Amino acid sequence: MTDTMARPERVVGAAKLRKEDAHLVTGATTWTDNITLPGMLYLSIVRSPLAHARITGVDVGPALASPGVVAAFSGRDLADKLGSMPCVWPVTDDIVMPPHPPLAVDEVRYVGDAVAVVVAESRYQAADAAEAVVVEYDPLPAVVDIEEALTDGAPLVHQESGTNKCYVWPLESGDYEATKAKADVVVARRYYQQRLIPNAMEPRSVVAASAAGTGELTLWSSTQIPHIVRLLLALVTGISENKIRVVAPDVGGGFGSKLQFYPEEVIAAVVAREIGRPVKWTESRSENYLATHQGRGQVQDMEIAATRDGKILGLKVDLLADMGAYLMIITPGTPLLGAFMYNGIYKMDAYKFTCTGVFTNLTPTDAYRGAGRPEATYAIERIVDDLAAELGMEPMELRRRNWIEHHEFPFDSIAGLTYDSGNYEAATDRAMELFGYAALRAEQAERRDRNDPVQLGIGISTYTEMCGLAPSRILSALKYVAGGWEHASVRVLPTGKVEVVTGTSPHGQGHATAWSQIAADALGVPFEDIEVIHGDTARAPYGMDTYGSRSLVIGGMAVHQAAERVVTKAKAIAAHLMEIDPGDLDFEGGAFRVKGSPGTQKTVQEVAFEAFSAHNLPDGMEPTLHADSTIDPQTFSFPHGTHLCAAEVDTETGAVRIRSYVCVDDVGSVVNPVIVEGQIHGGVTQGIAQALYEEAVYDSDGNLTSGTMVDYLVPAAPDLPHFVTDRTETPATSNPLGVKGVGETGTIAATPAVVNAVVDALRHLGVDDIRMPCSPERVWRAIQAGGAR
Amino acid sequence: MVQISMTVDGVSHTDDVEPRLLLVHYLRDQLGRTGTPVGCDTSNCGTCTVLLDGSSVKSCTVFAVQADGGSVTTIQGLALDGSWHPVQKAFHECHALQCGYCTPGMVMASVDLLSRNPDPTDAEIREGLEGNLCRCTGYQNIVTAVRSAGASLREQAGTEVG
Repeated sequence: MTDTMARPERVVGAAKLRKEDAHLVTGATTWTDNITLPGMLYLSIVRSPLAHARITGVDVGPALASPGVVAAFSGRDLADKLGSMPCVWPVTDDIVMPPHPPLAVDEVRYVGDAVAVVVAESRYQAADAAEAVVVEYDPLPAVVDIEEALTDGAPLVHQESGTNKCYVWPLESGDYEATKAKADVVVARRYYQQRLIPNAMEPRSVVAASAAGTGELTLWSSTQIPHIVRLLLALVTGISENKIRVVAPDVGGGFGSKLQFYPEEVIAAVVAREIGRPVKWTESRSENYLATHQGRGQVQDMEIAATRDGKILGLKVDLLADMGAYLMIITPGTPLLGAFMYNGIYKMDAYKFTCTGVFTNLTPTDAYRGAGRPEATYAIERIVDDLAAELGMEPMELRRRNWIEHHEFPFDSIAGLTYDSGNYEAATDRAMELFGYAALRAEQAERRDRNDPVQLGIGISTYTEMCGLAPSRILSALKYVAGGWEHASVRVLPTGKVEVVTGTSPHGQGHATAWSQIAADALGVPFEDIEVIHGDTARAPYGMDTYGSRSLVIGGMAVHQAAERVVTKAKAIAAHLMEIDPGDLDFEGGAFRVKGSPGTQKTVQEVAFEAFSAHNLPDGMEPTLHADSTIDPQTFSFPHGTHLCAAEVDTETGAVRIRSYVCVDDVGSVVNPVIVEGQIHGGVTQGIAQALYEEAVYDSDGNLTSGTMVDYLVPAAPDLPHFVTDRTETPATSNPLGVKGVGETGTIAATPAVVNAVVDALRHLGVDDIRMPCSPERVWRAIQAGGAR
Repeated sequence: MVQISMTVDGVSHTDDVEPRLLLVHYLRDQLGRTGTPVGCDTSNCGTCTVLLDGSSVKSCTVFAVQADGGSVTTIQGLALDGSWHPVQKAFHECHALQCGYCTPGMVMASVDLLSRNPDPTDAEIREGLEGNLCRCTGYQNIVTAVRSAGASLREQAGTEVG
């Protein structure tokens, strides 16, 4: 009576607890720094204390005399073997792409630039020896401000380039100037995107081991992109790609900072081969602040043109983007991910965007959670509020008059993207209801009337974003050198257990759980019977890794499609075994049954054993039950939502307190609501952090004065509110699962919601902007300046 | 070198160490107890939190020699007889971790917090965990987990007393 066998419940959409947690809550982890190999040595990197200087001498002799030291190398010693760090996104034909040696040879260009490496028997001995290396510098003038960097006579970061201008990238749709001429109102604003330090909790770490006999190199790295690291390591060092294995074991967060190919990965690999012993390098947090790439760093000149009755006509964006001292893998392209998003959810007739990339003597920038899109969303949501103030219109009403209405989807945006789906009305209505919008507006009016020292502000962010990076043809048009596909293999083993091999490389996202849910439903096998394999180029050989909220919409779809292909093959085998036409079989709950005769069945597990034994397969059918899928998406994914923030601002001290924060996000269909909510909590937190707390502060000489966690305010639990979250579900039409990305939405949405709230609290005092982070001092000064007007 | 002895997760160890060796590096590099990670160099992040003689300490802020004669409990020694501590269970059940790097410290700090305040308010939990940073969760589910673990521990204590 096999028919009575319990059929697995559908698990996509269920709040399954995570498979990942068991080893993480018990300390049975495999962080890269946990790895110890026989004979392993420790690396320590000597870094420049100057933002710009000529290297006139490096003496590693004293380090070699230090206890436990095995070797020490200057940049010159290894120059032939280290190559130059690659940038894979040359955004224009005439982009300036200076060389970037992993260890500086002649010149250092930011504080933290690597100049030498020492190799010792222990962590402490390596650190001691690094102190003993003598580097002589001839200081050069440094440039740390992006506007100053573009002025005549500014110090040049790369003398041989003759300019600090890296590139100019334009986009125009419609005739902005002609459109502006028709406008009743033009609002111009300048916003600043401070530099942010990503602060993944796990510092970066690399272990490299070279096998003497075969020359095979294994690199363990705390990275989001093991597959890309493998390719780039081969290209940079000349080591044959098929001799390189890259493993991303447990990875403790990334937020874009580990979407990178770092000098230390090259240095560790080359040193391990040079000395014939495994080596490990782990950065300290202070080192992370100098040598791990940073995010944002932009000046945004915005202009919005509208009619008196509140119709937005056009938008102009002039962006200066801080590249830092060198181009890392996608440094130039990162601000351009915002180019298609400044128009947000709004309809307009014309849009003009220009981005100028600028070199400075600071730590390189690159992707940080949201990468270009938080900046764009901030600017449009801030200036829409400013336009509302100019027009004397309720800011939500102005948004409603201009956003794309639900019935207008799919919609071709002014920036040239086709938004496949969305329902801004539904998300906004729900958010306003949860927030108690009208009551808070009433309280705000009361506080203003009685001149309460604590004023109340309401901040709105009605955002969308493009994620799921990315269709390969679009990447090609944007001059990104690689594709945006993702791969999966699904194998049903002879015992009926399932292996899902994914090219995504999770570092906290919960792919093992979510991919198991997708495969469990497609195959009709128990969730618990599925093992997800990832993050190792030997075990999961094909992949484009995890970033840009791409994993579910591309990698998850690949799992889904591979599993469906397994079912197709299994059905052919089942039909053969049951001596019936495949078209006469139903597949449900993991079993093939004859239509109209449900008592007879073959389970997918039974078929898997038949496929393995291969004793009785259809003629020409290959043994084993597995299938592959490689998905190249046709379009981006467009999650959206409405975030509302109520902030109390103490006008006497400048202190800001978030009183309530409501977000209603639409990320399409949901595979695991618990994971989705967690992503939103964390994303919103990082958005709030930019608005209120965080900034990489440099002095005029290029020294990072917020160089430790004491000085850089990563918010702790008391610094944050309790979030009220809800979702609307408008399935994506661009993939069969209806899913959209979620990893970056919170960060993209939250920053303008918070700053809009702070400004809204103070607008009647003459404040129309506060530079982020809105620290008590800045808020207080803005109040004083506003009052003086 | 200085000879020290201590109990770590119920096992006695005697070793010669440099006076400058941090407890966390003694645990990780010398004893191979790598469940306790390091997240910063200024004692801000709390990932390295362990219990020393029952009270939470940041093991990057304690020299190994200072723990001489003491008893250390790490995340790896918290489960008893293969059964997770209620705080570990609650972190799993409340989705209070994502990447998991802060989790060992967050769990150990929560164990200490609940031992001092068995029924904390949400605000007390947030204040109590101020020395532990998480970059993934926004803390909301951590607060929920600690509240839930507190209830389990009180129930457990009630059962034992009763």
